Amino acid sequence: MRKFKFIEEKIFRVLMFFSTVFIATALAMIIFSILHKGLPMLSWEIISQTPKGGFYFGREGGILNAIVGSFYLSVSATLLALFVSLPLALFMNIYLKRHKTLINGIRFFLDLLWGVPSIVYGAFGFTIMIYFGLRASLLAGIITVTLFIIPIMVRAMDEVFKTVPTGLYEASLSLGATRSETAYRVFLKQCYPGVITAILLAFGRGIGDAASVLFTTGFTDHIPTSLSQPTATLPLAIFFQLGAPIPEVQDRAYAAAAVLTFFILAISILARITSRKFQKHKINF
Amino acid sequence: MDSNAKIITKNLNLTVGKLHILKDVNIAVPRNKVTVILGPSGCGKTTLLKSMNRLTDLYPEMEISGEILIDGKDILQAGTEITEIRRKMGLLSQRPYPLPMSIYKNIAYGLKINGGSRGKELGIRVEHYLRLANLWDEVKDRLREPANTLSIGQQQRLCLARGLAVDPEIILADEPTSALDPISSNAIEAQFSQLKENYTIVMVTHILRQARRIADHIIFMYLGEVIEQGPASEFFNNPKMDKTKEYLKGAFN
Repeated sequence: MRKFKFIEEKIFRVLMFFSTVFIATALAMIIFSILHKGLPMLSWEIISQTPKGGFYFGREGGILNAIVGSFYLSVSATLLALFVSLPLALFMNIYLKRHKTLINGIRFFLDLLWGVPSIVYGAFGFTIMIYFGLRASLLAGIITVTLFIIPIMVRAMDEVFKTVPTGLYEASLSLGATRSETAYRVFLKQCYPGVITAILLAFGRGIGDAASVLFTTGFTDHIPTSLSQPTATLPLAIFFQLGAPIPEVQDRAYAAAAVLTFFILAISILARITSRKFQKHKINF
Repeated sequence: MDSNAKIITKNLNLTVGKLHILKDVNIAVPRNKVTVILGPSGCGKTTLLKSMNRLTDLYPEMEISGEILIDGKDILQAGTEITEIRRKMGLLSQRPYPLPMSIYKNIAYGLKINGGSRGKELGIRVEHYLRLANLWDEVKDRLREPANTLSIGQQQRLCLARGLAVDPEIILADEPTSALDPISSNAIEAQFSQLKENYTIVMVTHILRQARRIADHIIFMYLGEVIEQGPASEFFNNPKMDKTKEYLKGAFN
């Protein structure tokens, strides 16, 4: 019997080792192939110029249109989503705390929305666009991406607010605070690192998604100058340019992939640093 | 009715589903005294305490009926200004829950949300309440540091100071020393004996010795019922009920 215990332990250790190696290898290979093909393509020209030398598949120029487009799109969508998500997540954990059935219903619903493929959001955004007579534009893309990342942001924040102990909530109420004072002065402060992580998680999803913007933003060689103009994004730049028969255009796709990867890496690092910084006042229970 | 009573409950009943947690509780808590709610674990002491500032509202499964009169006003009635009721009662819980901010802001929080002091006056009041809780000398050089850097005993005194800062009339304490070391416990007990001049103190404990040390008035509960209540000297020297005698002898705990 005793021996069996140790064999079991060994089997699981080997299993864990191999799954870790498997995941790490896959990740390393993805990053390697992006960097291997993307890094040589990266140059000042490619990140500082829009595509030139022909409509869509011109051989010259760079991917500035996609970089700027992605930036406009995901920053605006993240800000819009934040204005909806933060109050909703706080509302769920403070005002609805008593109504367990309702709150579980909302969580289930949000989890469903989280699981809906982004192409469905794209199709939904497209329907709205047509309804309002909008053309494929930056605005339509922002709305679609906002809808797509709201469930992610709300649920990520919700999971953090859930960890606030009832005792802390009671303590604030006992001092004569209202529920909204408790929400913004105590819950938010206690959960600062988690909230920032939630925002950056949603931002990462927004900037990396191609399907939700496929129908809604269109694609263009130019940098948009107003909300009603179509825009390029990095994921779409990869999608369209990789499928092009022209090698120079394909190379640009790899450059776009490298830039996107750097973006996401930078966001992750930023998330780590900021959450550590705001950890200071957190009460550990 | 005893006009010297600060808190009175009449036929207070509290149920969670089929569980009857408080059964026809009728008590009177005297003004400016330390009243100890005594009894073995799970007899409803904490629930009784939390119903007094309606923190029971946070638990939808709790159904409450009867009356809780504070200065003669029933706080269970609909339309009660609940924030105001809660401000009138400082709460100390079993373990300290400092707010996620600096030591200074922990005290200033209550002062600010209740509209009031700013700037220099705020600083003076923060110092005043930290002194009142006997914490000033230990923290005066580190007011801007996070409250989580204090020891548990200091945190509990910070929570006391924070509660006093909103100028309550009543202090509700739920086994406030259970997470503390003996020295910090003594500090809290000593505080209570001083503070009772200006405040009505209600403390829950299951430690008989602690009750003997600081109680002026005792409410003894067993399985959701109040068995006996009265002045501490009478309760300890001349208990009337058999259950009380058994409990004092240490027959159960």
